Amino acid sequence: MMSAPINNNTIVNIPDQRTAKMPKRNYINNEHGLLSWLFTADHKRIAILYLISITFFFFIGGAFAGLIRLELLTPQPDLVASDTYNKFFTMHGIVMIFLFLVPSVPATLGNFFIPIMIGAKDLAFPKINLLSWYLYMAGGTFTLAALVLGGVDTGWTFTTPLSTHYLNTHVITAATAIFIAGFSSIFTGLNFIVTIHRMRAPGMTWFRMPLFVWSNYAASILMVLGTPVLAIAIVLVALERTIGIGVFDPTKGGDPLLFQHLFWFYSHPAVYIMILPGMGVISEVISTFSRKRVFGYTAVAFSSVAIALFGFFVWAHHMFIMGVSNYSALVFSLLTMLVAVPSAIKIFNWAFTLQKGSITFETPMLYAFAFIGLFTIGGLTGVFLGSLGMDIHLTETYFIVAHFHYVMVGGMLMAFLAGVHFWWPKMTGRMYPESLSKLSALTSFIGFNITFLPQFILGYLGMPRRYHAYPAEYQVLNVLSTAGATVLGVGFTLPMLYLAWSLKYGAIAGNNPWQATGLEWQIQSPPLTENFTETPIMDHEAYDYEWLENKTAHEVTTVG
Amino acid sequence: MHISPVLWQFLTKWLAASALFPREASTVAPYTDALYFFLIGMTLVGLILVGILVFGFSIRYRRERNPVATQVEGSTLLEATWTIIPLAIFLVTFVWGALLYFRIYTPPTNALNIYVIGKQWMWKAEHPGGQHEINALHVPIGRPVQLTMISQDVFHSFSIPDFRVKREVIPGRYSTVWFNATEPGTYHIFCTQYCGTLHSGMIGEVTALSPEDYDKWTKESTSGMSLAQNGERLFASMGCNACHSGSAAARGPNLAGVYGTKLQLTNGSQVLVNDAYLRDAILNPSQHVTAGYAPIMPTYQGQISEDGLIDLVEYIKNLNSNYRVQQTLGTSQSDLAAPATPGMVKP
Repeated sequence: MMSAPINNNTIVNIPDQRTAKMPKRNYINNEHGLLSWLFTADHKRIAILYLISITFFFFIGGAFAGLIRLELLTPQPDLVASDTYNKFFTMHGIVMIFLFLVPSVPATLGNFFIPIMIGAKDLAFPKINLLSWYLYMAGGTFTLAALVLGGVDTGWTFTTPLSTHYLNTHVITAATAIFIAGFSSIFTGLNFIVTIHRMRAPGMTWFRMPLFVWSNYAASILMVLGTPVLAIAIVLVALERTIGIGVFDPTKGGDPLLFQHLFWFYSHPAVYIMILPGMGVISEVISTFSRKRVFGYTAVAFSSVAIALFGFFVWAHHMFIMGVSNYSALVFSLLTMLVAVPSAIKIFNWAFTLQKGSITFETPMLYAFAFIGLFTIGGLTGVFLGSLGMDIHLTETYFIVAHFHYVMVGGMLMAFLAGVHFWWPKMTGRMYPESLSKLSALTSFIGFNITFLPQFILGYLGMPRRYHAYPAEYQVLNVLSTAGATVLGVGFTLPMLYLAWSLKYGAIAGNNPWQATGLEWQIQSPPLTENFTETPIMDHEAYDYEWLENKTAHEVTTVG
Repeated sequence: MHISPVLWQFLTKWLAASALFPREASTVAPYTDALYFFLIGMTLVGLILVGILVFGFSIRYRRERNPVATQVEGSTLLEATWTIIPLAIFLVTFVWGALLYFRIYTPPTNALNIYVIGKQWMWKAEHPGGQHEINALHVPIGRPVQLTMISQDVFHSFSIPDFRVKREVIPGRYSTVWFNATEPGTYHIFCTQYCGTLHSGMIGEVTALSPEDYDKWTKESTSGMSLAQNGERLFASMGCNACHSGSAAARGPNLAGVYGTKLQLTNGSQVLVNDAYLRDAILNPSQHVTAGYAPIMPTYQGQISEDGLIDLVEYIKNLNSNYRVQQTLGTSQSDLAAPATPGMVKP
């Protein structure tokens, strides 16, 4: 890797490695010792703490996914006992959703970059930000405690009355975990909302903000308004379990469907909490690697807000077969169709961002392409499920499993990896190995499709989700799915290894290896603790590549 | 869909034979499958379109070919296009799906009613003629069958993939589903709502029989007592007939012929007397006091099993005169044989 390559295949522009040095002062070497990390109020350090912890939980959740797929290799329940299998998928769900997907992009990339992107020195409430991480860790600890004490087998949905009256596992411990982790998410959302409203740099108007900030803002609204309802539902489950208050118990005049309403009132918007920040990453990546402003910036920004608003009014589409009135089912189906539109708008806007661009295909861009393809499938199969009559046959089968994995893994996880690779040079000051990372992106994409495409077919055949054993005729597709999961596992393990390797051996990245326009790329990598030496002034639109060209190196317009 | 029936059958049979597609064994299955194929078509078109755009632009505008990007702000016309066209397609899907939903969940009035009780981890079917089955269900083909289902414990969900029907089975509340089987054969029953340890063991088989075979089966497998007869015994043994005696001076309302009528309650509301109402009125009588009667009936919550409730509901449903109520006052025994044909659901 020699000095700034003049190469038409890539926009990567890194300093001459023979003379390049890491910045003397940065947020990483500003203070030393474990305590300096555990008591930090620096949003960047907290983001790193989050990154390490969610990676840890991702691999725990992934291990359970591996065990599930291994059990499903054969139709007979032969690897583990049924109760154990039920604990596997419960743990997989709880860990992946509450401890990985919900905090994934906001708490790591969002935490790190939202303040920098809007030209602020930190989030509005740095100590609350640290508290968020401690709450997250407390939630994680309770989850692990539930696991170590013997597990929990409610499914991540905690369906009553199963969870309240019929199980003897560590339901309360797991419920406590989710309750606590929920507050972590509420505080993060609150912090983002206040920061984005109050701490934008001079000239940083709402419509000059990067779309990543917009999408995290929309997700924050969902976190703050939705998560308390989950907390309520979880507390009611705990009270019902311990003192039998009877809110969900029909023999005491309660209604078991009420829990479904409360739970999905959070858990549907939660889907958007997970996906919206990922969409923000995709906007940044596609713009950077096609050297173009995002097509229809305003439409993309508003579609995030539209998704957040509509997202609150579609929860009952999880209950179409549960005996809700036919007419309310109609309304919720219609609203579900409407919430699909902003996502379609985004897909086409991203595609047209490429038009007339000058496109290169570095790893983040490959992940972004994977996102677009997989999210298109995930989104359109969601329309199957939003369509009332179709939902009857498909719901509670592997079709649902395939659908939300396409959205959550194919969409969100690919976006997360796109973002991690994209901002890795900024966060660590070093480049990841390009060919290996391209290989792993490709491996994940192929492995993902082999794993989850067969599950759509299994779902239409009728194979129910959460089945420990299944009729023999479904075996071929299940074997295919397990084989794909193996490939997928390799695809997800590789980045962790080479990213760790790059911390010491990666090429020194310089300030702006991608020649991107965001404020975060105009400062040193890794950034200073205070982000900016002087308050930046935003005097141009987001994604203004002409401004970047005209700007001489290392010169930021500043006020004194 | 204007697809030739021959071609349709060829397609679905070929798919079913290659284990990629469930059999079409009920009257609604082809309707569900038609929407499914439409949606698959929509997904493919969408995917191909996005694929062409992304790959086309990637090739045409890659850096080697297009070193300098041309900035474009956006295009209201284009953006309106890709707002309105997806919206239109999604609305078509909505209407189509809604029509299908009403088709699947609106039972014909002449359906044969069978009760299903879900409990951890088995399905119990109770036919009006007194036939009981565990994890099995025998139904005639060519005739609508309605299942009135309830759970004794947790949420379950009753699914027959080859019929394309499924409905949640809820504790404390009747839910119904109906189908009209078209092909004799056996088909999977799955519980699709996670219900604890042996969730994946809560499976069974529907056996669809030709009308002759079905008649033969009902005759051979009856327990000798119809549900209504069981209900009659229960009615007497629990002392219901002491108040619901049908006489003019009775303390409880007359139950003969009450099923299917509109009832005026003391709280001013009017209710339709159906299975759900009868069940609820037995368990929570104070909520459902018929106008003109004192709220003296005690709750039977916890004293009658779901099976017993079904028997009572079936008894009251078939009660056309008070003759038998008054008979049972004295005897509380019945020795009449079960009717050969199971009862029909009233509209």
